[in-house]
Amino acid sequence: MGLKKYVGTRLITMFGVLMATLLLTIILVGSNMDTILKQGVVFQVRAEITENPAIAESFSSVEEFEAFVQEQIDQRTIALGLDSPWYSPQRIGITMYKILILDFGHATFLTSDSGSSDVKDILLEKLPRTILLFTTATIIISIIGIFLGALSGSKSGSKLDRLTSTFAVVSSSFPVWWIGMIMIFLFAFVYQIFPARATPSIPSSDPGYILALLYHMALPLITIVMIGFGSWAYLVRNFMIGIMQEDFIIAKKTMGVNQKKIIYSHALKNAAPPIITILALSLSGSLGGAIITEAVFDWPGMGRLYFEAITVMDLPVIIGATYVLTVFFLASIFLADLLYGVFDPRVRTSS
Amino acid sequence: MSAISPSEIKQEFLKSKIGIVGIGILVILILVSIFAAIIIPVETFQEWNNPSSWISFPKTAIPVWVNFFPTEKIPEHKILEEPQKYVEKLNDVSIVSHQFVVNFDYDSFPNDFIYEFSAEYSGAPLLKMSIIRPDGVKFELLSTSLPFSESMTKHDERIFSTDEVIRKNLFLKKELFDFSIEKLSAEDIVFSRLDTHDVLKGNYVFQVNLYGVKAENEIADSRLIVGGKAFGIMGTDELRRDLAVGLLWGTPLALFIGLAVSIGSVAMGLLYGVYAGFKGKKTDEALMRFNDVIYALPALPFLIILAVTISNSIFLIIGFLMIFGWVGIAKVSRSMALQIKTKGYVEASKMMGQKNSRIILRHIIPQLLPYALASVAISVPAAITTEAGLSFLGLGDPTFPTWGQILHDANVHGAAPRGLWWWIMPPGVMIAITGLAFVFMGNALDAIVNPKLKRQ
Repeated sequence: MGLKKYVGTRLITMFGVLMATLLLTIILVGSNMDTILKQGVVFQVRAEITENPAIAESFSSVEEFEAFVQEQIDQRTIALGLDSPWYSPQRIGITMYKILILDFGHATFLTSDSGSSDVKDILLEKLPRTILLFTTATIIISIIGIFLGALSGSKSGSKLDRLTSTFAVVSSSFPVWWIGMIMIFLFAFVYQIFPARATPSIPSSDPGYILALLYHMALPLITIVMIGFGSWAYLVRNFMIGIMQEDFIIAKKTMGVNQKKIIYSHALKNAAPPIITILALSLSGSLGGAIITEAVFDWPGMGRLYFEAITVMDLPVIIGATYVLTVFFLASIFLADLLYGVFDPRVRTSS
Repeated sequence: MSAISPSEIKQEFLKSKIGIVGIGILVILILVSIFAAIIIPVETFQEWNNPSSWISFPKTAIPVWVNFFPTEKIPEHKILEEPQKYVEKLNDVSIVSHQFVVNFDYDSFPNDFIYEFSAEYSGAPLLKMSIIRPDGVKFELLSTSLPFSESMTKHDERIFSTDEVIRKNLFLKKELFDFSIEKLSAEDIVFSRLDTHDVLKGNYVFQVNLYGVKAENEIADSRLIVGGKAFGIMGTDELRRDLAVGLLWGTPLALFIGLAVSIGSVAMGLLYGVYAGFKGKKTDEALMRFNDVIYALPALPFLIILAVTISNSIFLIIGFLMIFGWVGIAKVSRSMALQIKTKGYVEASKMMGQKNSRIILRHIIPQLLPYALASVAISVPAAITTEAGLSFLGLGDPTFPTWGQILHDANVHGAAPRGLWWWIMPPGVMIAITGLAFVFMGNALDAIVNPKLKRQ
């Protein structure tokens, strides 16, 4: 099977998964969405009538008036297609098609910082901030992790190795958000070095905004890196230990090749496929896990948006954000698969 | 892979140091759970969200053990329930007297004091409250007659130190003090030295006398609360709840959640994977594609949606966590089943016409059990942290005081900015310790099951 076909089948699978996810989301929130939309119609009609007293006065009896209101509500419900239930294939089809072409509609409650209630605008505003924080963190984590892991893997059993392993196990047992709370407590209140809230107080149009954002980013970044690099180093170490026992490394050693060169060019190169896979997965994983971390640090990114949307049940935002998160997740799985295939040709040829 | 017998696993496991440590922590946690179930009645933990059951406790009180450190002594919150009782009769008058001795040995004033009682009487007896200080000075705090009643009646009352009458009575003694007591509250006056406005340390005697003309007057349920800033071994939270209760009850809850989720998802994954691997061909393909779909679902967003839209009951959340937990295990057990399937004895039993279910249960699953055991241990911490995370976001089951729930409350009430460390630290440490116990055991088991990973 050639690379093209391999990519093709993977792409089709991914698309199927994406559709399944969308469908599942719609099924889960659909009935709620219907109720909210219908309530919205009723509210809108009533508001228009109270704004315009002349309509109410033109009716002689209460019954007539009520009938008129009901008629108005029914008309709009039909116009919006709300007369058929949310699970009718037609409506699900329309909703999914709209989402596919990235038309998420308007948020019910939430707005972007610039005041737009278009879900697309909101997402486009939050996404770069999440990427800024979590991608930076993941890159720092992977760099520290790979070097520390390679070093302790090549000297397995040494003090450094045992320290790394212990740190990895212990640090991964603490929830990141709890460490976040402790960090806020220590470095924002006991020692007032960093701001407690990660959202800069100055408006985003200010030229100093970027600097303020970077300063506010420091504490969450330190926390995520601190908790993350241990398990990375541990993983890389485990790969390295396996590779360091391979015949070609032992042969290189007996040939008298420089230890550093063996570790960083020969051994690490062979450990590359799994490492790259994990890198791709953790990049996307950080987007999902960011929900709680962003809530703790009040970082104005995707995670906090998602959390806010859930708390007020802003369904268009929930659907939009789930879609974007899933796309990212799938893209990174796909990328990981692809890279694995490129680095390790056995994957494509064997199946 | 070769089969490892249970006795071999046990033997190997007992050789591993971290495995023993893990088991040790787990045993302690189980003991704590049993202790919690015995010491703290189930009703207490069901009352967790009922503010009225915590009313006599202080707000955000620091743990009392901080007073062991040689710093300023923080006043402890005292609830005195057993007064010395005296009954006296002088001609027609009967006196019921309750005395509380308060040893006040702290460096700052108490928050307040409250006297709660329920009296049984007829007529309109007179209630007198006074205090004798360590320096012998006696303050009359209050003298009031209880509401008149012809027949025997029961009367419940709470007397607060903020009562205007108490203040007025104290002002009558203002000459005794060398400084102005004009703007001070009752507890600041009662517990103050005469020369300077500092705490007078020593034994205070609170005396409550009920004077009546009938002999059968009685005070039941007499209780004096001296409000302090320190309480219990774990302190209290903003809603006056004793954190020790929450933390203790959190232990069995966390163990239950962790074990239920991991055992459930490992069992599901194992059966699913083995069945797919054993059946092979189209069944395998279809099952694995479905596995891919679940694998590609972003877990946390979906858990949140499920918790919000369906229910946040703890049992359903355990179910939701299982949905996302079995996927990885199914993949691994499938590939293991593929290997075992080709073994001679499996082929032989197939030839003999044994049922598929029997082959799977008798020949394949037992071989995977050591691996399953390791997987259970390894996946417990993730289950506990994920549940804690959901609770932290406020999406957990509010009826159970899980550690995540406590942290959620702490975050909502701004415990970090207010420096209430005893509210934030212990739940997180407990989550980590519980996680570590299973990580240790899991690592030890893993090293036995996959000898390749053994430390060199």
